[in-house]
Parts: sequence; C-alpha cells; structure tokens
Amino acid sequence: MIGSFDSKVPDGPMAEKWTNHKFNMKLVNPANKRKFEVIVVGTGLAGASAAATMGELGYKVKAFTYSDTPRRAHSIAAQGGINAAKNYQNDGDSVHRLFYDTVKGGDYRSREANVHRLAEVSVNIIDQCVAQGVPFAREYAGQLDNRSFGGAQVSRTFYARGQTGQQLLIGAYSALMRQVSKGSVELHTRTEMLDLIVEDGVARGIVTRDLVTGDVRSHTAHAVVLATGGYGNVYYLSTNAMMCNVTAGWRAHRQGALFANPCYTQIHPTCIPASDEFQSKLTLMSESLRNDGRIWVPRSHDETRMAKDIPDDERYYYLEEKYPAFGNLVPRDVASRNAKTVVDQGMGVGPLKNGVFLDFADAIARDGEQTVREKYGNLFDMYERITGENPYERPMRIYPATHYTMGGLWVDYELQSNVPGLFVVGEANFSDHGANRLGASALMQGLADGYFVLPYTIGNYLAPLLGQGKLSEDDPICQAAVQGVADQTKKWLSVGGTQSVDYYHRELGKLVWDYIGMERDKAGLEKAMTEIPALREEFEKNVRVLGDGQSLNSSLEKVGRVADFFELAELKARDALEREESCGGHFRSESQTPEGEALRNDEDFAHVAAWEWGGDPGSAIKHKEELTFEEVALTQRSYK
Amino acid sequence: MSEETLNLTLKVWRQEGPNAKGRFETYQLSDISTHMSFLEMMDVLNEQLIAKGEVPVEIESDCREGICGTCGCMINGRAHGPEKATATCQLHMRSFSDGDTIVVEPFLASSFPIIKDLAVDRAPLDRIIEAGGYISISTGSAPDANLIPVPKDTADAAFDGAACIGCGACVAACPNSAGQLFTSAKIQHLNLLPQGQAERWARTESMVETMEDYFGSCTNHGECHEACPKEIPLDFIAYTNRDYMKSKRKNRKLQGQA
Repeated sequence: MIGSFDSKVPDGPMAEKWTNHKFNMKLVNPANKRKFEVIVVGTGLAGASAAATMGELGYKVKAFTYSDTPRRAHSIAAQGGINAAKNYQNDGDSVHRLFYDTVKGGDYRSREANVHRLAEVSVNIIDQCVAQGVPFAREYAGQLDNRSFGGAQVSRTFYARGQTGQQLLIGAYSALMRQVSKGSVELHTRTEMLDLIVEDGVARGIVTRDLVTGDVRSHTAHAVVLATGGYGNVYYLSTNAMMCNVTAGWRAHRQGALFANPCYTQIHPTCIPASDEFQSKLTLMSESLRNDGRIWVPRSHDETRMAKDIPDDERYYYLEEKYPAFGNLVPRDVASRNAKTVVDQGMGVGPLKNGVFLDFADAIARDGEQTVREKYGNLFDMYERITGENPYERPMRIYPATHYTMGGLWVDYELQSNVPGLFVVGEANFSDHGANRLGASALMQGLADGYFVLPYTIGNYLAPLLGQGKLSEDDPICQAAVQGVADQTKKWLSVGGTQSVDYYHRELGKLVWDYIGMERDKAGLEKAMTEIPALREEFEKNVRVLGDGQSLNSSLEKVGRVADFFELAELKARDALEREESCGGHFRSESQTPEGEALRNDEDFAHVAAWEWGGDPGSAIKHKEELTFEEVALTQRSYK
Repeated sequence: MSEETLNLTLKVWRQEGPNAKGRFETYQLSDISTHMSFLEMMDVLNEQLIAKGEVPVEIESDCREGICGTCGCMINGRAHGPEKATATCQLHMRSFSDGDTIVVEPFLASSFPIIKDLAVDRAPLDRIIEAGGYISISTGSAPDANLIPVPKDTADAAFDGAACIGCGACVAACPNSAGQLFTSAKIQHLNLLPQGQAERWARTESMVETMEDYFGSCTNHGECHEACPKEIPLDFIAYTNRDYMKSKRKNRKLQGQA
C-alpha cells in the first residue's frame, strides 16, 4: 500500500488538540511560500476557499474547474443554511454541543478529533463570510438571524433566504477571483482532471483535458488538493448537478488513494418526486420546510379526494405519531425511510403514487400566508415552476432522493490522503460526517476545510520540501500519464456500440437505487455485485460515443465519468455488504431494532472501512481505521 | 395533473466550432410530456440523434434548478424562453402547445463567442468580477460577525443584487449586448453593504470600465430585466450610474488630484 495509514490525531484533551497541533506544525516562512506550487481541483466551497486562502498566504496556486467559471460548482445549490456554534440566540449552544450533535448525528462513525475541530472553526466561517459581504438573513436591528434546522434543538443555522449555498459560494468565488486578479492563483476553466501523477508513491501532479480543444496535458506541483465533491450521481437520479462525478477521486483511488466508506450515502427526505421516465435529475426542497410543514399521507390506499377535503382523522401524520418528541424534524435518514415505508405500503400520493404530502395549511392558518411567503417564498415558487401546482393551495408532494455522500477518499487529521502530497477537502473526503450528515453541516465542512484547516496543514507537508523542485512536465512519468488519458479518450470514441452513455448511466442508477439505496440486504447486495459488473462489461462493448475528441463533446466527457461510477458502484455494494450493521444512511434490513430503527454493531463495526484499489474493481483490499470515542458516549439513537 | 403530450418541430442552431459556419437543422419530436423540462426534451432529442448515429446537440446545463447559471439559450428569440423569472432549465413543456415550432439558438452577443452548437463562452463576466467584485478581506482577519450590524432592509436590497446567477441572459437579451444589469447587480450587492464601503469607489470605477471593454452601451431598453431569471431590478443600473459618476470625482480626490 502506498503511504501511511495513520490518522495522525494529535494527543491531548479534545478541546485543545487543534490549538496545540497548529502550534506544533511546521511553518513555511512568508518569503518561501511563493516557491511552492499547489494544484487545487474543483472550485466549489472547499476548493475556492482553499485556493483563495492559499493564494492570500503567498503560495502559487493553480485552480481547475470543468465549468466555464468557478461560480457554477454545485455548492451553489445548497438551500438551507450553515451551522456555527455562535450561540447568538443564547439557547445553550456551544462548540461542544455542535461537536456532540455532529458525532451523534453521524451515528458514531466519524473521527471525534476532526469533528471537534470542525465545530471550533465554525464560528470563524461566519465571521469570514459576513466580512466578505455574504448577505445572511438579519433581524430588524441588524443582527444575524438564526434558525433551527434538521433536527437540531438549538438555533445555530445561519441562512440567506433559501440560497445559502449560492451566497457562500459567491463569497468564496469572489475571494478566489481577487487572487486571480493579483496573479497568485492561475485559473483553468473548462478543464477536467483525468489522472493523478504519482512518482515513488508521492502525488506530483495531474493530467487534464481541455474540454473545448481536447488538449491533454500534465500539470505538476508540490501538492495536489482534490475538492471535487461527492459521488451521488452513481444513482443517476439525485439532487446533484448533471456534471457532478467521482472521476477525480476515483482516478486518485486507482493510483493508490484509499476510498473510505463508499456505502454511506445520504438520502434527502424532501425532494420533488419524479414525474416520468425521462426525469434527468431530482430537485431538493430545503428541509427547513419541515420546520413548518406537516408530513402526512391518506390512511386509505385508494384515496381520490383532494388533500384539503380529507378530514384529519383520515390522515396519517406518521412522523408525528411515531416520534412525538421530534415529529417532522427527525433526522434525514429516519424521515426518508419512513416515507419509503408508507409509499411501499401503497399510501403514496400523486399520479405515480410516489410521494408523501408536506402540508403548509396549518402554518398558513397560524402565521398567515405573508409570513410563510417570507420564509419560504422562493422554495414555493420553485416547486410551482417544476410541478405546475400551487403549494399555497395544496400540499407539496415530496419523496427522498440521493443528496450527499459521506464516504470519499480517506484522509488523516491533516486532510492528507495516504498518498503523500495528495490532500482532499469538502465532500470529496470521508472525514467529518460519519454515517450521516446533519442538515446545514456540508457548507460548514467545505468552508472549514478550505478556509481554516488545509491552509495550515498543507504547510506542515510543504515545509520540509523547501528547495525541492516539482516534477518536470517532460518527465517520462508525466508523458506516460498523458498518453494513458489520450488513449482512453480515443478508445471510447472507437467503441462504436448501439446505446448512449445516458442509457447505461440510467440502467446503472436503477441497480444502485434498488440494491444499495435507502434499505440494503444481503441478497440484494450480492445481486448488485454480479449485475453491476455484467452491465459494465456490456457498457464497455456497446456504448456509442459520437463526435470527435477535438471539440466540446459532452458524451465523451460523460462516458469516462460513467465508467468510474460503474467501478465505484461495485465497491459500494461490497462495502455495504461487509458492513453488517445499520448506521446513519446505511440501513441493513437484517440489522434493526424492534421499532425498525437502525441498529449499530459497535463491537465489530466502529471503524472506517478504507479500500485499496486491487487492480480491478472486484479485488479491492479493505483496511480498517478503528474509531475510538473519548468524549461522546455511544448510545442507540432514539428520536421518540 | 394533465397527461398531455406534444408533437413539436424544433429548429436548432448547429455549429461545429467557433469558426465553422452554422445553420439551422429541423427536427421532429413526438409525444413529449408536458411535465418534462425543456432540457429533458432536448435530452430526448439527443437520445434520438444518437440512436440515428448523428452527433448530439451541445447544450450546456448543470444544476437544472435555476441557480448555477450554466444553462441558457434563445428560445423563440427570447433569452431563456417565454416564462418570466425562469432559467432555461426551469422552463417546462407545459409552456408550449401541441404543434408548436420552437427555434433554439445560442445566446447572441459578440462578447459571447459560440464554442459549439448552443454553447457559448461567457468568460468576460469573470473578468468583470476580477476587476473588483469582491471585498478585500483575507481569511482570518474578520471581526465577529455581529460587530457589523446590517439593517434588514439593507441586507435584503444587497441580496437582490447578490441573487444574480451569472447566466448572461441580460447581455443576450439586450439589443446593444450591454452588460449593465450583471455588472450593476454585482456592484450594488457590495456597495450597499457597510462591509463594502471602503472599496466602493475603486470597485465601481474599475468594474464599470472593465465592462465597457467587453460589452455594448446601455440605452435603457429594459430587456435585460425582462429576461433575467432572478428579476434583478433595473434600479441597480441607475444606482451604478450614480456611483460611477461619483467615483470619478472621489477617486481623483483620493489620489490627491482634486
């Protein structure tokens, strides 16, 4: 195995680990920073904030995005908000409580020290973003407003209408563009990373393809940072943007980086159900809607009346009934699984009976339509635009969809993968959310990594390298890597099959959703492990990619991404099969409490499963990082 | 919900590359569900072209939720199509009728050269941001967030500018291909906030003048606002003109010339 597999969690009390570690890390002096080049792939929250901050510090940064501008990254679509332990509402929040909630919410499958650091720097993020001009929601007196979000019992979520991700990304993007104008960051748009260059086990650069000209070339540096997002599009239908993919991370995995916990996927409970088979993606409605909306289905399986005509005693408010303490605000996995249960039982609503109601009639009666409009207006408008139905007059229909992936490339406390010189930030790493991510914590993690963690820890790696050059782009290692990518591109163009890339992506997505979706069992996972490779084989022989490799060609871009999804899907099934417990977003039907809740097996599975590439998708080798819990006692989650 | 389907004629601009000669191609589509989005309809067209062995149409999109700003084309001569406050990805086929002919072209502006088919290069928008679309605050130097009170009305007004998704429809819709709505949305987002005051005049002058390097002049047609998927108010252009005039004097003064 390449590199080390040591989590490098510092000694000392939990609350002092990060402070002490910052002091103990080696520094690169200001005049020497310009001697180091760093590649950042991806310009979402994590990538843009990392590139901007390292540029400010004086490193020479090259930033890459496959979009036409850094501001398109899918962080932009996050609606609800960002958590921070500011305790501005004086309701008992603290760094420790945010830490505790995050470890518990992750169902005790995350690394405590990472989570504590995340909670610590959360407060700095808000300060930074406000200073950048992020227009967070305000009270009339000018102070920042907060709300409770996704099961939290304190109001610690900062938000900007329903467009928090957009505003935070514009903040990070503007910081990035400031560095571009100063010349400290060199920006490469419409450029996709297609391989990691490794020399003697150390990351030395990347191979990229210019999506407009087809030019394949290498870029070398002293360190490579991947900020390339999650792998939710392995399901075909998800709330991810169309171009989101696992390719950068997967190619790094094939070069030796461990891929951790691929079975952990978060299914978001409040998405708009698919309307037909041509559905290309699913749209999420912020779960802040669950603060005021009530979730129900008709008790009768063949209900034909309009929702408003169904009397209360014929409605099944299943979350309020089953979980009186948390009601509609139970965590995402609990809300999602319960929606699946009622729909599977035949109580679904809508023309395809594939949704449940999210009803605002009571909130409108209580607070008035104007108040509801102020809180959720843009979400209601979006819903109406997509469905053609007015949610002020009839309940929304929602259903769970894949939203976020907690698994990703394995990293140590310093966000470095087991391949020295390769760092991974944001959703692309596996780090902070364990088996389940709490609402409003993704934006927090992306910006924590990019603004406040990586810029420190990368110095600890670079400092001893002072005086060492980077690999020459004419080096045979780079030339071979470039040739490999160019050959791969040519190969796809010459398959000459009969079915489109999308066809195979859709078919793969069905398998992954059916067998590795909200609920998994042994038989299904074993089926997945034979059906996925069989479909992959057909895909490789029969896919049809038209056009050429010297101009914009989205089918050609996509075919490589789908090929990587196929390989990932197989690993995901295996990871899910071998994790014989339920935890967070991973629910094995064999492992549940009598009440139908996820039943963990801490004895055997309180570990991170980190997979090493074994030469082909079926031969991955598992390594375990045991998780120890000093601060948070392991308990069975109960939201009753 | 109705179960209607549509039969459509599409006239789509095809152009192999930036320097190739373009042309309209006509395609027939049948049984298109009204629940489909416009881009899903284009997906169906592309699936059919691939099945026939023809190169699919390059049409860019990403989030398909109307927030990332990647998508955008001229649909029947209008940037983002017929619906108000709707990006191309959020346009649904229920906005069309059975038997319609739909003309699909790339965003039309000389500052947005065509890359291929319906995909254009909107890089000048990034150049305008580089010219000053930020508050210069390096990571780590920010004061506590609540030390800067921002009246709710001010935060809301700034947000109205910050809501811009950078799609470029304002430029495509403008008879002069002017970039005023985009630029003023970005400028006013920052100029309205207390945090943005220190660099207000330098930002305004630099961004406006960079805009003028790339785009045409504004003659107050208001087409930009009509096409804008986020309904950015035209007032912002007026505020920016005011700020620009002031900036010329203020910046000279700051430089000791007046």
